Amino acid sequence: MNLTLKIWRQKGPKDQGKMVDYKVSDISEHMSFLEMLDVLNEQLIEKGEEPVAFDHDCREGICGMCSLYINGEAHGPDRGVTTCQLHMRMFNDGDTIYIEPFRAKAFPIIKDLTVDRSAFDRIQHAGGYVSVNTSGNTQDANAIPIPKDDADKAFDAATCIGCGACVASCKNSSAMLYVSAKVSQFALLPQGQIEAKDRVLNMVNQMDLEGFGNCTNTGACEVECPKGISLENIARMNREFLKASIK
Amino acid sequence: MAKNAFRKTSIGRKVLMALSGLFLMLFLLQHLTINMLSVISPDMFNEVSHFMGTNPIVQFLLQPILIAAIIFHFVMGIALDIMNNKAREVKYAYNKPSANSTWMSRNMIITGLVILAFLGLHFYDFWIHEITEKYIEGDMSGLNAQGEFRYHEELVEKFVDIWRVIIYCISFVLLALHLQHGFASAFQSVGARTGKNKTALQKFGNIFAFVVPAGFIFIALFHHFTHGAH
Repeated sequence: MNLTLKIWRQKGPKDQGKMVDYKVSDISEHMSFLEMLDVLNEQLIEKGEEPVAFDHDCREGICGMCSLYINGEAHGPDRGVTTCQLHMRMFNDGDTIYIEPFRAKAFPIIKDLTVDRSAFDRIQHAGGYVSVNTSGNTQDANAIPIPKDDADKAFDAATCIGCGACVASCKNSSAMLYVSAKVSQFALLPQGQIEAKDRVLNMVNQMDLEGFGNCTNTGACEVECPKGISLENIARMNREFLKASIK
Repeated sequence: MAKNAFRKTSIGRKVLMALSGLFLMLFLLQHLTINMLSVISPDMFNEVSHFMGTNPIVQFLLQPILIAAIIFHFVMGIALDIMNNKAREVKYAYNKPSANSTWMSRNMIITGLVILAFLGLHFYDFWIHEITEKYIEGDMSGLNAQGEFRYHEELVEKFVDIWRVIIYCISFVLLALHLQHGFASAFQSVGARTGKNKTALQKFGNIFAFVVPAGFIFIALFHHFTHGAH
């Protein structure tokens, strides 16, 4: 496959940045999108040019490190996959592909296509945990009976890898799908009840402080989420927040 | 950690937006029911209009609540839209929102502003006239020069002008688009949408968004073609 790539290049956080055109040829349809970018970067290095900076780590769709807004969609045109699992067979020979960073005020650009998603870490620190005594006498979690349905829903919420596709896709740059997944994974389990009130209040407060937008229920996040995190989690977070605010 | 008041949090705002929206939807249903009477029976319409226009609970309790809800809904809606735009300073060079969301859900501000502009005309047409008649000129009788109730004839008069009918009908179409997203969205915001009722809520929302504006369009056209076009 021969492709034209339009890639956002930005030297640093304060740089203006612009879209730059590149040509790549002989791309195999079996390559992942990131492997295609590796090919481009090898070409650039051979020519003595600066390679394109992009985030990646496990390359098997579980770490949440890769990002990219490809042809107008977070993680590209495929569904339920991260960019590392997006294959070039989703594109056609001769295509022009737009590659941009995840854009949000709360995700400032570090360089080229890499963005700072540490706002998510700070939201987690604000309450995305259960306090467990690790003295050595920790109770086996399986000793507490949990309805299968609740366990399944908590597990589904916990599959969120925190990649930020929800924020990137949302017209308001809202982080509610992410935060709601992190609230829900504990809200559904007995272990999460003790700190439930403070958790939701503190996490939502931190989310607001980070400068994410407000959710208007367009549902774009759910569609683009590589892990299929459901909008049901946002409704649950809204309930948890209302309960905590009234108490 | 210092926390914002409920009404200043992102979830607090969306809950208040949803509650005011749900209240306005209830009001629309009541408004449509009374207006339908103007088609079925002018006498009944006159009676109910007079009751609504002179009952102190409706006039001095429900009416101010309604006006407050309308003002809150559009002021908060505009404020949220401005805030949300600021949350992404650099826009995408290539964006494809149609791949993941409906036009209605993304353009509530556009449909909302058209409805707001329509409300300006609507208040000019009916509300300002009523307030002037009743509270400035002090005529609480609701009667015309012939000693008959004036409400039905005043309503019909407004729909003689084809341009007003066209503006009303276009506004109702925009209202339909606003409700198509707004109905289910309000339930989601207050946390009442679940995996089990999700489909039913959206279906009922679609029906509500079609039936209510279609009813208003029918009434406007009915009066234009039966009384107006003479």
